[in-house]
Amino acid sequence: MELVARWQAFRKRAVQTARLCCGVRVPDYEGYVKHLHEHHPERPGPSYAEFFRERQEARYKGGGGRCC
Amino acid sequence: MHSATVKPNPAAKILWFAIAIVGAWCLGVVALRRGEPINAIWVVAAAIAVFVIGYRFYGKFVEHRVLQLDPSRAPPSVLRNDGLDYVPTDKWVVFGHHFAAIAGAGPLVGPVLAAQMGYLPGTLWILFGVVFAGAVQDFMILGLSLRRDGRSLGHMLREELGPLPGIVAMVGVLVLMMIVLAVLALVVVKALTHSPWGTFTVAMTIPIALLMGAYLRWFRPGRILEVSIIGLALLLLSIWAGKFVADSASLAPIFDLDAKALAWWLIGYGFCASVLPVWLLLAPRDYLSTFLKIGTIALLALAIFLAAPMLQMPAVTQFIDGTGPVFQGNLFPFLFITIACGAVSGWHSIIASGTTPKLLANEGQARMVGYGGMLMEAFVAIMAMIAAASLHPGVYFAMNAPGAIIGTTAEHAAQVISQWGFVVTPDALLQTAKDVGEQSILSRAGGAPTLAVGMAQLLHNVMPGEGMMAFWYHYAILFEALFILTTVDAGTRVGRFMIQEIAGLIHKPLQATESWAGNLLATAICVALWGYFLYQGAVDPLGGINTLWPLFGIANQMLAAIALMLATVVVVKLKRERYVWVPGIPAVWLIVCTLAAGYEKLVGPISFTAAADKYATALANGQMLAPAKTVAAMQQIITNNRVDMAMTGIFMALVVVMTLFCLRAVLKAWRINHPTANEEPYVALADVAAH
Repeated sequence: MELVARWQAFRKRAVQTARLCCGVRVPDYEGYVKHLHEHHPERPGPSYAEFFRERQEARYKGGGGRCC
Repeated sequence: MHSATVKPNPAAKILWFAIAIVGAWCLGVVALRRGEPINAIWVVAAAIAVFVIGYRFYGKFVEHRVLQLDPSRAPPSVLRNDGLDYVPTDKWVVFGHHFAAIAGAGPLVGPVLAAQMGYLPGTLWILFGVVFAGAVQDFMILGLSLRRDGRSLGHMLREELGPLPGIVAMVGVLVLMMIVLAVLALVVVKALTHSPWGTFTVAMTIPIALLMGAYLRWFRPGRILEVSIIGLALLLLSIWAGKFVADSASLAPIFDLDAKALAWWLIGYGFCASVLPVWLLLAPRDYLSTFLKIGTIALLALAIFLAAPMLQMPAVTQFIDGTGPVFQGNLFPFLFITIACGAVSGWHSIIASGTTPKLLANEGQARMVGYGGMLMEAFVAIMAMIAAASLHPGVYFAMNAPGAIIGTTAEHAAQVISQWGFVVTPDALLQTAKDVGEQSILSRAGGAPTLAVGMAQLLHNVMPGEGMMAFWYHYAILFEALFILTTVDAGTRVGRFMIQEIAGLIHKPLQATESWAGNLLATAICVALWGYFLYQGAVDPLGGINTLWPLFGIANQMLAAIALMLATVVVVKLKRERYVWVPGIPAVWLIVCTLAAGYEKLVGPISFTAAADKYATALANGQMLAPAKTVAAMQQIITNNRVDMAMTGIFMALVVVMTLFCLRAVLKAWRINHPTANEEPYVALADVAAH
């Protein structure tokens, strides 16, 4: 059982890293929805597709980005 | 501060002592063994030992004494948590992101070029440069940004030094970026010139990316992993198909382009790619190139460990005297600007003050991400050095020396290179070209092709197979071209925003990034700026890399000097003067290197001035010097060299001006007897967490 849990934790981290590397700056969408729910309950959360688009646009808005 | 007071247990002491002994032994073998080739594993072991010791001791020293990071303090990700840009994130995730953002083509190209002096000078500079300069810069800028709400380098410069130095530094960054884009695009041009196979596979990445973009937009939004696997499969397919294109009599000529044509294609491509919506082309390419980059670096490491190649290049060659064919100039200062990324890279200061400080969940993790991330990049640079040094030196010089020196036939090249003492037969050069599926390997400067041949040979040793070397070669070319082109797209966009910001100071409406007129105009200016240098490289008599790489190195080290000077100023402002040498010595070293290299490029035998004068004199006497065949081409070369002179002058002036600003700030802060740095006030992590 412990092995399964560890594998899942590892997998979650790997997915987060991969998403972050290619610009979905938020570690995870679920985290953002949770954050919105906790701090701004009046605002409806975006769907994953909306959220993804917004983040993709934000990534290339300037500010260094990558190395040579 | 707590861990500094913990007494190490005896077992740990013995372990670190053992690592130090092993490291010293390996380094001794690398540095002192002469006359017989050594195995690459010695270099790898020495590098790992140096990095581990540097991380454990010097990194920790910087953390506790110089930056005085405090795990109990709330970082920006916690204080300003908005769930979007500021998010406390797992440290391994931040590390992966940071490494992917700093490691690009730079650490792969510089060491390959520097291998002309032998593997030893470059290796030593990477090892010690990174521990005392590069990693310190990345870590300290990250630390400063963490204490300032994750602010950018430019913003911190304005705050700590004043508005004018901030603007000066930002102009420097813009110019640096144009040179970076030009020189990287030139690497692609050099790799693809008259290579139908390579050109076809790289061209195929455009339709593949468009397909991926459409898939992500309409079919399966946000499924990055899925679409990246599809993209990767299509890419491998196009590498395989490239062979048939190269063999086909009707298709090959379409993709068989010379340097000038490729330069124009890239300029046009860069314009389109940065005007189109990001989701269509830029983002999907970015996914592919990021994953391919990480995968390929892992593959290279695996190949080096499994193949354990012998280093055929001598430890030190005669070219440390400055007569080398790959780049001109003596060991000092040119080694130190040729290898920028991998040892110390100014560009990283932009990333270390960008996304990363907004994600770190605790100040205690900054050493791992900032210092450790840079050590990883240095390891990539070491691997590139090994790949280049494990090639036969004759093959290495044939690939990297310009046609003006070794001629255009294998016979002539072999003869010239054998005279240098690296005996090679024309057949060996032709056979290497045949093995990798190309017509010729001569004068393919720029690092990428050399690394590709090195990688192909390593992988071929590990996984032999008929025709596999050609596949691996084109895979390596594709991987480098792919992420260089992504940098070109993204860089052009960022450059465009910077130009619009500057233009907005003069005429406000130009600033609106949504306006099509402003957008097209700023993109055109940006593309024209780097495109000019790219085209200049494509028609350069010495092959372009020879001219542009020093310019890039000077610019990149100039930015590193500025970042380290900022760190120095802040250390003094915090009244920690006794640690001023930590950022101060590397800053002084980089100032000396950039000014010395700049001076040699302005005055003396290897300068742009000398090159311009040589062509001007010949023109006045009615002669034509290769490769120019017309008066206009002669004049073009003269103008190009004069522009390079001006650029060198600008960089030197920037360094001097910034040094003066920093000296003034340091002196002022030294006299005041209380801290004057602009840190955000302390908030305890425990207090924020309680809310």
